[in-house]
Amino acid sequence: MNKYFRELTVAIALALLILSLAIFAPHFFQAQPLVSRLTSQMPALVAAVGIALVIISRQIDISIGAQFSMCAIVAGVTASAGFPLGIAILAALVTGALMGAVNGVLVAYLGLPSIVVTLATMVTWQEALRLWQQGRLLALPNGIQWFGLSQQVGQIVVISVAFTLVVGAAWAMKNLSGGRHIYATGTDAEAARLAGIDPKRTTFRVFVLMGLLTGLAAVLNLVQSPQVQPNCGDGLDLKTIAAVVVGGVAISGGRGTMWGVLLGMLLLANVNPALTHFHQPPYWEKAIQGLVILLAVVADGLRSRKTQF
Amino acid sequence: MSNTEHSMGSQTLLQLSDIRKSFGAVRALKGVSFELNTGEVHALLGENGAGKSTLIKTITGAHHPDGGSMRVAGIDVSNLTPSKARELGIACIYQQPALFPDLTVSENIGLRLKKSGLFSRVRWTAQREHTVELLQQIGAEISPDAVVRTLSMPEQQLVEIACALGSGARIVVMDEPTASLTQKEQLLLFKVVSDLRKKGVGVIYISHRLEEIFTLADRVTVLRDGESVGTYAVDSLTESAMIKLMVGREMSSIYPPSEGALGATVLKLRGLGCAASGISGVNLEVRAGEIVGMAGLVGAGRTELARILFGIIPADSGEIILNGETLQIRSPREAIARGIAYVPEDRRRHGVILEMPIAQNMTMASHPRFFPNGWLRLNAEQQLADNFIRDLGIKAFSSDAPGGSLSGGNQQKVSVARWLATQPKFLILDEPTQGVDVGAKSEIHKIIRGLAKEGLAVLMISSDLPEVLGMSDRVAVMRNGKLVDIFEKQDADAHSVMSAALGTNRNEVAS
Repeated sequence: MNKYFRELTVAIALALLILSLAIFAPHFFQAQPLVSRLTSQMPALVAAVGIALVIISRQIDISIGAQFSMCAIVAGVTASAGFPLGIAILAALVTGALMGAVNGVLVAYLGLPSIVVTLATMVTWQEALRLWQQGRLLALPNGIQWFGLSQQVGQIVVISVAFTLVVGAAWAMKNLSGGRHIYATGTDAEAARLAGIDPKRTTFRVFVLMGLLTGLAAVLNLVQSPQVQPNCGDGLDLKTIAAVVVGGVAISGGRGTMWGVLLGMLLLANVNPALTHFHQPPYWEKAIQGLVILLAVVADGLRSRKTQF
Repeated sequence: MSNTEHSMGSQTLLQLSDIRKSFGAVRALKGVSFELNTGEVHALLGENGAGKSTLIKTITGAHHPDGGSMRVAGIDVSNLTPSKARELGIACIYQQPALFPDLTVSENIGLRLKKSGLFSRVRWTAQREHTVELLQQIGAEISPDAVVRTLSMPEQQLVEIACALGSGARIVVMDEPTASLTQKEQLLLFKVVSDLRKKGVGVIYISHRLEEIFTLADRVTVLRDGESVGTYAVDSLTESAMIKLMVGREMSSIYPPSEGALGATVLKLRGLGCAASGISGVNLEVRAGEIVGMAGLVGAGRTELARILFGIIPADSGEIILNGETLQIRSPREAIARGIAYVPEDRRRHGVILEMPIAQNMTMASHPRFFPNGWLRLNAEQQLADNFIRDLGIKAFSSDAPGGSLSGGNQQKVSVARWLATQPKFLILDEPTQGVDVGAKSEIHKIIRGLAKEGLAVLMISSDLPEVLGMSDRVAVMRNGKLVDIFEKQDADAHSVMSAALGTNRNEVAS
């Protein structure tokens, strides 16, 4: 069977959805709303790349939503304090990397299970944020939204940054030694160690990278509105993990591509607008998304049963 | 006290005839017959891989034989399952007791003996009393309320024996029960075994310690290469005769000859030890172009020594000297950088990543060498893989196919290729031909000899005695974590190597 079979099936599903929209609801393709919808999905796409790395290395990170909110607020506060946009972006990235490093140390070097570690850090960041901001909406100074550019240009910048990142990550996973290390560690950490790869270091770096990408995702979200909410990352964990799983990344580690992540994200993100354009009530969205995830998991399960050696 | 000929009224309890069992292409049992009487201790003897475990698993219902018949107390029992075996009164006491560590002794025994529904009540008092009774029967001084985790290994074995007794076992299998026991604990166990015999229980006793067999057993059945060589009254045999029965076979295949002079010493071990893995005082030299075979029983510490040399469990005493330089090796990464390679025993888990393409498997350990700046050169990788596939005669569709798509022998070649790609100076092979078919085996032998000819120093761990004798320039023997003997090629014969491995010759090389 083709190596990219799984990605292909998602691509076909997405193509069918788009095709039926083109036939039955051509309004869907009006340029401006389409670009706006796409832009709004970019932060989650960037975060999903990070989650994909974590899952490929056979770990999980459910603190992603809390990290995202924290990074957004740090960037927002930095900008409000009068620092230029560049510094605010840097602050978000550094904050993300630090939070990732905390998870990384606990998981990789103390050997604690990532689901428990990231659950604990999730609650910690959330509560710290609550005490700090008391749930206040943070208004951003001028010049932040759309990077101080026009909305159209800003949207294009956001989309290009995200897509460049996906392409870059896909390339790196295939062509860099580090990418290979992540796959090897996720497939069998002990086998990787025997081949001279340091699975602890690899795992640590993946978590740091994940934090960094969450920081970037938070920035891409921040620039889309004039204010920032201290709970803007809520629900991001489920959204990204779902996209990654639908895109064919094995939850048991070691397998998956960034192209799959991109396709999974686009497929899930289009459920809601498709409902609208087909004039169906929007509350079906979650149910359909759930069904798609279930389908993907069942397909993976059947497939791995067949290819058991 | 032992070796009494069958006491009165002794009956055949278990009868196996012509049992056959294959795993893929490997024929583990080729028609074994075995008989156990009531009130008898019957020892099962054989080298590693002679088929003892497979036979035991057949008796306990864990394996289904491909052919032959099995009778318990005269009744034919085909289609034996573990639970059916238990009902028939067959119990097995393993080296590592399979108890629930967080439950108490009486809870464990209760769980094991009572088949109960989800909602049936636990009768605590009765259960506890029963436990006390069983423990008394075997003379074990263990509290029924002790949590199993807090018990020592022999105490846990006693609990297992109590279970076996409580279940009314008529046939008790003991698989190397004394391997982890102290002298005193052994005596206690021996007493329990002779008590069982007095009760009319048939005991199948597996041990590598010949003196135990002489002390305990009435009869011994020797297995060799999946066949039963014969059953003998223990009285009628000497130690030396037993060893001869275990190893006596002709060389079945031709090994590539060693030729050419040996080079300089590549690896030198001086008093190497590691408390954590029970290795101590290992002295060894391996020269360029030399294959040193390493023999010993399972658990003698051969793999542990390899893991020390490869930095998986670093040494805590002694020296590793590679090409004249004393090294501290603390991780596989360091070992690889120094030119040490280790083809591990567990090929399917550690040797080859089954999901990964062949080419990626081959370069996996040499990224720093091939891709020093972290960029993979996929074309170069492909080229390298194709070369290895050609040079080692690997049968594969393409270098893109996953490792799991290959046969065992070809997987092993990929594993070897991975380590050759690191350009090692010293290569450790751990059971390089285990579970590999005959053709691939001789190809792998040729590859190994070819590598030595090119000047590699090779340490080959193998439980396959003919392989060790046929391939090695010298044979080192390990026992109980020590390197006890080294034979030159001309002095290495099956009998002396096996004697050294079993510890029956007393003139050990002082190391």
